[in-house]
Amino acid sequence: MTEPAIELNGISKSFGPVEANKDISIRVMPGTIHGIIGENGAGKSTLMSILFGFYKADRGEIFIHGQKTEIPDSQAAIAAGIGMVFQHFKLVENFTVLENVILGAEDGGLLRPSLAKARKTLKELAEEYELHVDPDALIQDIGVGRQQRVEILKALYRKADILILDEPTGVLTPAEADQLFRILGRLREEGKTILLITHKLREIMEITDTVSVMRRGQMTATVKTAETSPEHLAELMVGRKVLLRVDKKPAEPKDTVLEVQDLRVRDGKGVERLKGVSLTLRAGEILGIAGVSGNGQSELLEVLGGMQTGTGHVRVNGQEIDLTGRFSDGQSRRARGIAHVPEDRQREGLIMEFSAWENTVFGYHRDPAFQRGPFMDNAKIIEDAKGKIERFDVRPPDPKLTAKNFSGGNQQKLVLAREMERNPDLLLIGQPTRGVDIGAIEFIHQQIIALRDAGKAILLVSVELEEILSLSDRIAVMFDGQIMGERLPDRTDEKELGMMMAGMSTNDTDGAVA
Amino acid sequence: MEFLTIIQVLDSTMRLATPLLLACLAGLYSERAGIFDIGLEGKMLAAALFSAAVAFATGNVWLGMLAGIGASLALSLIHGVASITFRGNQLISGVAINFLASGLTVLIAQDWFAQGGRTPSLSGAARFEPVTLPGALTRVRDIAEAGPVMQIYSELISGHTIVVYLSLLLVPLTWWALFRTRFGLRLRAVGENPAAVDTAGISVVRLRFAAVMICGILCGIAGAYLATALQAQFVKEMTAGRGFIALAALIFAKWRPWHALWACLLFGLLQAIAVRFQSFDIAGVTIPVQFMEALPYILTVVILAGFVGKAIPPRAGGEPYVKER
Repeated sequence: MTEPAIELNGISKSFGPVEANKDISIRVMPGTIHGIIGENGAGKSTLMSILFGFYKADRGEIFIHGQKTEIPDSQAAIAAGIGMVFQHFKLVENFTVLENVILGAEDGGLLRPSLAKARKTLKELAEEYELHVDPDALIQDIGVGRQQRVEILKALYRKADILILDEPTGVLTPAEADQLFRILGRLREEGKTILLITHKLREIMEITDTVSVMRRGQMTATVKTAETSPEHLAELMVGRKVLLRVDKKPAEPKDTVLEVQDLRVRDGKGVERLKGVSLTLRAGEILGIAGVSGNGQSELLEVLGGMQTGTGHVRVNGQEIDLTGRFSDGQSRRARGIAHVPEDRQREGLIMEFSAWENTVFGYHRDPAFQRGPFMDNAKIIEDAKGKIERFDVRPPDPKLTAKNFSGGNQQKLVLAREMERNPDLLLIGQPTRGVDIGAIEFIHQQIIALRDAGKAILLVSVELEEILSLSDRIAVMFDGQIMGERLPDRTDEKELGMMMAGMSTNDTDGAVA
Repeated sequence: MEFLTIIQVLDSTMRLATPLLLACLAGLYSERAGIFDIGLEGKMLAAALFSAAVAFATGNVWLGMLAGIGASLALSLIHGVASITFRGNQLISGVAINFLASGLTVLIAQDWFAQGGRTPSLSGAARFEPVTLPGALTRVRDIAEAGPVMQIYSELISGHTIVVYLSLLLVPLTWWALFRTRFGLRLRAVGENPAAVDTAGISVVRLRFAAVMICGILCGIAGAYLATALQAQFVKEMTAGRGFIALAALIFAKWRPWHALWACLLFGLLQAIAVRFQSFDIAGVTIPVQFMEALPYILTVVILAGFVGKAIPPRAGGEPYVKER
């Protein structure tokens, strides 16, 4: 019988009082793709960091191909044949592909021979695994899909036969993700062992042979992928039954709330990021904006939310909005009934060092209801925050806790509570569930649908296509600062949207709302 | 203007640019590795004192220079421990080093020599003497009567101290080390993205310390040059902002060795003109000497304010590296 490529035996790791990994054991056979799935904070990353030598386990043993192996640092991990592709690539942006590949794996003190050798090896690897990249291109000039290939090449160049990929599809278009999966399949055929860490059930079902589920630092189950289902895995992850599909009634759109005409935004360098966007949004509907991040969606949200200036026309409830003048700030937007849940909650949605109750009042702190004479009525704000925290199921339900001490999902609920409870006519919401646990996703989606059913207009920007498809009543796809077209969610699919996201016009007007 | 006058100005440009160039290259190593160093000034000052003091005591300029390098290295070590090991703020650490050097040098000089915070004058083997290249003329009268080629050779190319030639040699050497060796690749990488270096199995801490130490050595040479070659003693605050001018030159050069040379020569030229021409007449208007002397500093401010193109510093510069999961 063959030895497992990786065998972890009773791995435990604590950070102070927090047990990130509790007695974790796992066996991965060579030539297989093993998925590790779990919510944020379940301990997946900690486990992988132990395997790659970033952390040292408090207890437990690691066996690589049957050999007991100590992995005190990354050097040891690389020597043991382990390669890691991080979620955030570890590449030097202004180096060439070749320089990135040899960094740390040079032969001798001079670069020239190393570069020549790497060039040759890269060519062979490219042919063997369909990993084509221009070796002389600068990292900053190539797309994320290619950057990821460079990371895989880096690992293979170091002769890794165990590859760990941490949330590899987070930044990829659907087409790029498919390509990645083809490469992974190829690597498996060649006998490489792959550990795939993800929170996306679809990916687990699509590519893995076996899957382990982690919850709260423990390995709750390891099953053969063929013998399980997404519903079952979700239940194992969250610890209770989860609704994967969003339940919603058909939309009943009413009057037009938002009209955008030829909206243009330039960034600090004078580059046009929004190139004449026009759209309309009616009360009681959700317009989803799909697109690979960086194609103007952020700018659209920012200019509508008063964080950016722009040119063009925006009307809310028939009234023109000031896009450049002194009424183009967030305060003025809020006064016009526009609420904004920004994409980056930690930088723009919350002040991480402030308490929950302070965070629930930002932007609305001038409300006379929260004033007592010239001062803010803190007692009243805290009381109000308590209500919001309860209704949005923020855990722990402590308004005095600092924002940074809440998990990602609960931080997001704080922002949502602040913006939704003001009963806005128009809600701008960016990446509502980025880095949020499945359980909290379910709740957040329900809240968004409820607000729609209450007759509000919702502009949803998300890079998660599944989310766009399940929540939106209409979908607009953005590419390179423009709207490529609109589709109805029940008359399109990920494939078509994916092509539009990559800038390819499908020329298919069927299903378009025009 | 007479040809020889121009040659003489260029000659003193070389001498005045040398400490700038050494400090600039010192900063280049450190900042390319992601450690901002505004303490170049302080390190040079400390090196100036210790090199002068030891050269005076031993009568050997080389021992003096070693002592200067040692003093500068000690301050580098403080900067390294503060900003690499303890992940402190690199600017604050640099400011602290400048203050420390500014106060301590005078205090120590006063305690040792009791001459008002300066060292006694150095002479003979306690100074770097000019090197006369083969066939070069040395006497002022001979040079004045020679042809232009001989004037350039004897006045501009020959007759500098060994440190001037060394600093010029360091430019191609630094370029080669940075862009042609494994060490250079790693050094540049750690200044751009230390996480990439760390995950490649290379120690970020060791690499950055190496860079900071190289910086210390070069600052030490620069300081020793000030006190034992350009001048012949240590004087209070004798660096006169050269560390900051070197930083401006570094930004001007966009952290590239050859450009650093041109930038430092430009600053050196401005200083040389100020020294040579006490007052300037342009179209009947007399430009006061104070303005000429202020020129290098004005240019520094202009450069630091970002008026000269967009300089992109190493991306991880100034940020301590914290391992993330």
